[in-house]
Amino acid sequence: MCLAIPAEVLSIDGELATVDLDGVQMPVSLALVDGVSPGDFVVVHVGYALTVIQPEEAEAQLALMRGAAMGDAT
Amino acid sequence: MSDRRLFTRRIDLRKGHVELVHGAGGKASAQLFEELFRPAFSNPALDRGDDSACLTMEGGRIVVATDGHVVSPLFFPGGDIGSLAVHGTVNDLAMGGATPRHLTAGFILEEGFPFSDLKRIVDSMAAAAAEAGVTIVAGDTKVVERGKGDGIFITTTGLGILPADWPEPPGAHRARPGDVILVSGTLGDHGTTILAARDDLPLMAPIESDTAPLHGLVSALHAAAPGVRTLRDPTRGGFATAINEICRASGTGALVREPALPIRRPVEAACEILGVDPLYLANEGKLIAIVPPAEADAALAALKSHPLGADAAIVGEIVADEDCFVQVETVMGGRRMLDWLVGDPLPRIC
Amino acid sequence: MKYVDEFRDPAAARNLAASIRAEIHPDRDYRFMEFCGGHTHALCRFGLEDLLPGNIRMIHGPGCPVCVLPTGRLDMAISLALSHPDVILCTYGDLMRVPASKGDTLRGAKARGADIRMIYSPAQAVDIAAANPDRQVVFMAIGFETTTPPTAASILAAEAKRLTNFTVLCNHVLTPAAIDAIMTTADGATGAQLDGFIGPGNVSTIIGAEPYEAASETWHKPIVISGFEPNDLLQAILMLVRQVNRGETVVENAFARAVRPGGNTKAQDMCGRVFTIRNSFEWRGLGEIPGSALRLAPAYAAFDAEARFGIDYVSTPDHKACECAAILRGEKAPRECKVFATACTPEHPLGSCMVSPEGACAAHYLYGRFRKAPEPSPAAT
Repeated sequence: MCLAIPAEVLSIDGELATVDLDGVQMPVSLALVDGVSPGDFVVVHVGYALTVIQPEEAEAQLALMRGAAMGDAT
Repeated sequence: MSDRRLFTRRIDLRKGHVELVHGAGGKASAQLFEELFRPAFSNPALDRGDDSACLTMEGGRIVVATDGHVVSPLFFPGGDIGSLAVHGTVNDLAMGGATPRHLTAGFILEEGFPFSDLKRIVDSMAAAAAEAGVTIVAGDTKVVERGKGDGIFITTTGLGILPADWPEPPGAHRARPGDVILVSGTLGDHGTTILAARDDLPLMAPIESDTAPLHGLVSALHAAAPGVRTLRDPTRGGFATAINEICRASGTGALVREPALPIRRPVEAACEILGVDPLYLANEGKLIAIVPPAEADAALAALKSHPLGADAAIVGEIVADEDCFVQVETVMGGRRMLDWLVGDPLPRIC
Repeated sequence: MKYVDEFRDPAAARNLAASIRAEIHPDRDYRFMEFCGGHTHALCRFGLEDLLPGNIRMIHGPGCPVCVLPTGRLDMAISLALSHPDVILCTYGDLMRVPASKGDTLRGAKARGADIRMIYSPAQAVDIAAANPDRQVVFMAIGFETTTPPTAASILAAEAKRLTNFTVLCNHVLTPAAIDAIMTTADGATGAQLDGFIGPGNVSTIIGAEPYEAASETWHKPIVISGFEPNDLLQAILMLVRQVNRGETVVENAFARAVRPGGNTKAQDMCGRVFTIRNSFEWRGLGEIPGSALRLAPAYAAFDAEARFGIDYVSTPDHKACECAAILRGEKAPRECKVFATACTPEHPLGSCMVSPEGACAAHYLYGRFRKAPEPSPAAT
C-alpha cells in the first residue's frame, strides 16, 4: 500500500540526510525520526524517513526463516 | 565555409538564439544551413544544397524507417537528443536486418532555443552518424513560436540495404514455439537514466543511457545464427512490451526466466525507489533476438563477443499459447504474467 | 539492496513453504486476507501463490489508498484545478490515471489546461508554493497512516516558512477502522469466513502493532504484521497457520526490524497536532465508515483546501456493473466481476480496483490472468 524501501544514511545536514540504495542517492527528510546516524538504514517513503531499521531484529528474523523447516521456532 | 558576400554577419553560435526567421525559408534559413548543418554533416549529396538528394544504392532490397524524437531532458548521461535521433532510426533499420546507409533529418526548433545547445546537438548527431557509418543527406528546419515546442524535436528517416544473405527479413511474425529468446545486454538503462535526470526527481544514480547503433551487433549475430527469426529493439514500453508484440504478431506465447534477465544493480534500486518496473523502461542500445533452438548457443556467443553484447543472455523461450500470454518464472520460483505497458511508467508511492 | 535481497532468498522461501506445507491440516481451508495493496502486489509480482498449498487462500483486502478513494474526492480536485486558474494542484503519480466522474481524470484535466503537477514528495509541493507566491498550491494528499506523517511534516514546514499559499486537500484514511468495516459488512459473510489477517507493515512503523489488538480480540482473528518482501509474507502466512492450528487469535509482529513497540511516537505527535479525526468518510467499496479518516485540525484550518476554496464533497455512485465494492471487501474475486478484463482493463478502468497496480483487479489482470482455472468465490466454500 505504501512504497517504502530501506536505504543507508550516508550523511546528515540538519533535518536532511543523503541516503544510498545500491549506488542510487537521494535526499531524505529526517523530520519524522530522531537519533539517526550515518550508517543507519532508514525506511524511506515519499522522501521521508519513517523509521530506523533494527539490525538485530532483521538478523533474528533471517535466522528464524532459515530455521523454519526445523519446526516451530517462535 | 559561409558565403561572406551573402551573409554579412555570422550566426553567433555561442550566445545567439533561434528566431522565427531561421525557419522562414529565406536568407536566415540558408545561413543556418551553411554555418551549422552543412559543416557538421558535410557529404556530396547534402553539399549540393538541393531540397532532395539523389542516391545510388546497390546491394539488395531497400529498407526504410522513420522515427520522431522528443526527450526531456535534451542532454542526459550517456547521450542527448542528437545521438538518440541517429541511433533510433539506425536501429529500426538494423532490426529489419538492414545495413544503414543514409539519413534525412527534420528539425522543429522552438523560438529562443540557444544556438550553443543546437550546435552541441548537431555535432553529437554528426559524431553518431559517423560512428554508425551513415550520411545525413537531406534535411529541413522549421521554427515554432516560443512556448509551442519543447526546445527541439528531431525526426529522422533512414535508408538501408538488406543484404542478400537474409532470404527473408527478420520479423516479429516469424517467432515459433521452441525458439529461444535472447537479449543483448542490461535492460532499463536508458529509461531509468531519463527518469533520474528529470529535475523534479531528486535521484542521483550512477547509470547512463545505453544509446548505441546496433547494426554491427546484428551482423555478428546473423553470421553466427543465420536462422535468426526476429529482431526487436525494446525502446518505449521496454522489454515487456516488445516481447508481447512479438508474441501477438506470431500467435505464440513466451516463458521468461526472471533470474536470467540482466539488470544493473543501480537500475534495479532506482526502480524500487520509484515503484516502476525496469522491464517497462526504454532501451536505446539493446535488442531482443528470437533464434531457433539449434542456433541459440552460437547466437549467445556471437553477442557476447561484441562490445555492445557483453552482458547478453538467454532469457527464455517462445511457447505455444493461443492467448499470446508472456509468463515469467519469478526469482522465487513462482509464475506471473508480464503484460503490455499500460499508460506511462509513472513513479508511484503505493 | 540490504534488508531487501536477504528477504528474497529463494532457498529460504522454499524452506518457509516446506514448513507451511508440513504444518497445515490438509482437511481444512485457511482463508487469509492481506489487508495491504503492497502485500497483494508482492504476492502476485513474485508468483507466491505457486509456492503455497491449494488450501491456503489469499484474499485481497482494501489496503490501497488509490482504490478506496471515492470518485467524488477526485471530482473535487479536478474541479478545483480547472475552475481556479491560480491553483497549482500537486499530487502523486498514482492518482493521475484514476477515473473520476464521467470518465475524466487528473491527466485529462491537465491536458485541458489545469496546472496539475506530479510530485514524489510533499516537500516538493511546499517548495513549489515558496517559489510561486502569487499562485495557490494545493496538495492532493492520499494515503494511510504511513503517508500521513510526511503530509503533516510538509504542513508544519509551510507554517515555519509562513507560507499562506499552501493548502492540503486531505484524503488520509485510517486502517484499523477499515478492518472493523470488513468484519461488519451487511451480511457478515466475509468476516466470518476469514481465518486471519496479514496486517499492514509500513502503516505499523508509524502506529505500531498495538492498534490491531482490539480488532483481533473483538473478532477473534489472528493478525500478523508483515514486511513487503516475499519471505516476509511467507513467514507471516506460516505464523498465521500456526495460530489457527493452535486456536490462538493474537497480534504478532513479524516486521520487527521496522515496527517498534508503540510505533513512531514523534510522527504520531506531529499528526496529532495537524490533523483531527473526521466524523465519517466515504470509502470506495466500503461506504461511509465512522472515524475512518483525517482532516485538518482547527488550529491548522488555514491549510485546509476544503475550507480555503469552499469545496464540498458530493458522493458519486460507482459504475453499475462494477463489483469493486464486493472485491474490496473480499467477497468476490476479480474474475467473478462481469466486466473484469472485458469492459474493465488497466487501459480503461471502470472501477478503482483496476487502476492502481496494487488494486486486486489490476494485480490479477497484470500478473495472474494466465491462470486459466476460474477461481471460486473466496467467501463461498
